[in-house]
Amino acid sequence: MSAVIIARHARTPAERFKDAAWVAFVALLLGIPMVGLTTVDEGGALTVQTRFGMLAIFVGVSFAGRFIFRWIMDQVRGRRAAKSAVAKADRTPLAIRVIGWAVLGASVALPIMFSENRYVIDTATTVLIYVMLGWGLNVVVGLAGLLDLGYVAFYAVGAYTYALLFSHFGWTFWEALPVAGAMAATFGILLGYPILRLRGDYLAIVTLGFGEIIRVILVNWTELSNGPNGIGSIPRPTLFGLPFERNPAEGTQSFATFFGLDFSGMHRIIFLYYLILVLALLTNVFVSRLRKLPVGRAWEALREDEIACKAMGMNVTNVKLSAFAIGAMLGGFAGVFFAARQGFISPESFTFTESATILAIVVLGGMGSQLGVVLAALVLVLLPELGRNFSEYRMLMFGTAMVLIMVWKPSGLLASREPTIRLNKAAATGGEA
Amino acid sequence: MMLHMEGVHAHYGHIHALRGIDVEVQVGEIVTLIGANGAGKSTLMMSLFGKPGASRGRIVFDGEDITRVPSHLISRRGIAIVPEGRRIFQRMTVLENLLMGTAFADPANFNADIKRVYAMFPILEERAAQRAGTLSGGEQQMLAIGRALMSRPKLLLLDEPSLGLAPIYIKRIFQIIRELNTEHGMTVLLVEQNAHHALRVAHRGYVLQHGEIVLAGTGQELLASPEVRAAYLEGGH
Ligand SMILES: Nc1ncnc2c1ncn2[C@@H]1O[C@H](COP(=O)(O)OP(=O)(O)O)[C@@H](O)[C@H]1O
Ligand SMILES: [Mg+2]
Repeated sequence: MSAVIIARHARTPAERFKDAAWVAFVALLLGIPMVGLTTVDEGGALTVQTRFGMLAIFVGVSFAGRFIFRWIMDQVRGRRAAKSAVAKADRTPLAIRVIGWAVLGASVALPIMFSENRYVIDTATTVLIYVMLGWGLNVVVGLAGLLDLGYVAFYAVGAYTYALLFSHFGWTFWEALPVAGAMAATFGILLGYPILRLRGDYLAIVTLGFGEIIRVILVNWTELSNGPNGIGSIPRPTLFGLPFERNPAEGTQSFATFFGLDFSGMHRIIFLYYLILVLALLTNVFVSRLRKLPVGRAWEALREDEIACKAMGMNVTNVKLSAFAIGAMLGGFAGVFFAARQGFISPESFTFTESATILAIVVLGGMGSQLGVVLAALVLVLLPELGRNFSEYRMLMFGTAMVLIMVWKPSGLLASREPTIRLNKAAATGGEA
Repeated sequence: MMLHMEGVHAHYGHIHALRGIDVEVQVGEIVTLIGANGAGKSTLMMSLFGKPGASRGRIVFDGEDITRVPSHLISRRGIAIVPEGRRIFQRMTVLENLLMGTAFADPANFNADIKRVYAMFPILEERAAQRAGTLSGGEQQMLAIGRALMSRPKLLLLDEPSLGLAPIYIKRIFQIIRELNTEHGMTVLLVEQNAHHALRVAHRGYVLQHGEIVLAGTGQELLASPEVRAAYLEGGH
């Protein structure tokens, strides 16, 4: 692989171009069998069809992706070189960054590779919902260190807010999204207030109770929530107002007619996939940004030592409430997506098992690690799926895997922590003009 | 006067931990508080932060009554504490720990403040990007002191800074306390079980027993006092 440039010096644009071209070439070689050729069932006989347009997109994405990736890596490295104060210790290993980008690339490319495979895309969508929930809960548990066993409550609040806003006022997905987030955040604060003084086990028990209370209310308050029968025919999200329907209403466009495509049920599935991908990525960027702000550092300090935080003059009440509110808001967003994707919600979807799964994702991922959450969500969603063939041993496999991970990596899959601030040595010791 | 506690009582539930404390700290002084384990030394310091709050009596800091001021607002008035057991933020970096000391301070001062702290503790600059929990005990203590100094306090509280440190670090910590006082004019209230070192570095001292001040005097007087010698010096500390 000498062609892929691994130069230590800063790359010139020409080198970067060449590097990306090589990656695109490899993508082409791999892509011909994987993307370029596809089998189609024609009247019972399998025939091979070519998809060169798709292949071109695949190669183009690889080229652009590699080019951008290299450029960003060089920026990062260049900036680091300038900051001599940063000691070697505790920097996120390059390998983790590379894995992170690789996972991102794979998730963007997935619907292109499996554009006809509804099962794969549906499962991947489920993984992404859990990734988003994991990132949301990570604020509360991983960063602020507040053990929350009732996170599913906020997921439910988000989902029901959308369902009710639609069924009473006809709100669309996009209108309901911010409102549902705000609603979930409000519930986060409502839960946060009474439990400010609790810690550890006590906190866990009360949050567990809160999760159950919300579910029990949804089951029993039939006038509001339609009880165990749930709420149905929740509309799917639209793309800038274009619905994904076979027969759009008279005088309106659908996604397929607008772009002059033949209607396909897969369009909606793929759209939903990209939608949750974008929502999850926004969550990631949002949380990563917050971490580097004083409020994020305060969350982490709170996890480390509450008494020290108080002595440092931190308003611990506000710090805790902000963590609960933001974690809840992100859970609420995921809930809206869930309701829109399923089209039907009932209290059944919001049981303690869900809270436990999301918490397991955060803990297995390595409390506080964003990439760890992705890996753990993959494991926890895919494992039961793979286990379907061994249905009666499914939960056994699941449990064994969890135990093995905790034995092998007691602090989670990725326990490294990225510092939130680096300081230029020159600036600190007077070199700064 | 920097700090004046007048007849302060404090309770933990039914435990009467402080029983009428009178303590004064003048500007520019090092005052030490010695006493056995459980005498109430840490309680006295934390009562300045209202944890536990004074159930009777008055605490005046820098001319203002702070008895009922909420704890998170105390440090803003110019009191910083290096708590017992250091309580640094283990998983955060050294630099992040220092930054936490300025939670409410003007960010414009950050560069100047960190320069000052790094000058005093060069090891912290070397280890800026390292996880604080991986520092040695002595280094962690320096970090805890550095973190407290980042908020530009008028009064620095140190709760048993020598606890659990190797002898070489104990010496260094007392040296630092003296330097802070003589070179930076810092007023210090120092709690110690290590009475010998503490009384030598302090201008004045108080002896605390079962929540009450039983003796007060200059460092030299207390060092020479037979009660102190019998109870705190010859006992082996
Ligand atoms: N959080 C607490 N809850 C209940 N009692 C406490 C608490 N902290 C300290 N005490 C009690 O208060 C008394 C004084 O403790 P402390 O101030 O920690 O003593 P010192 O710092 O001198 O060793 C002791 O009897 C101790 O048991
Ligand atoms: Mg103590």
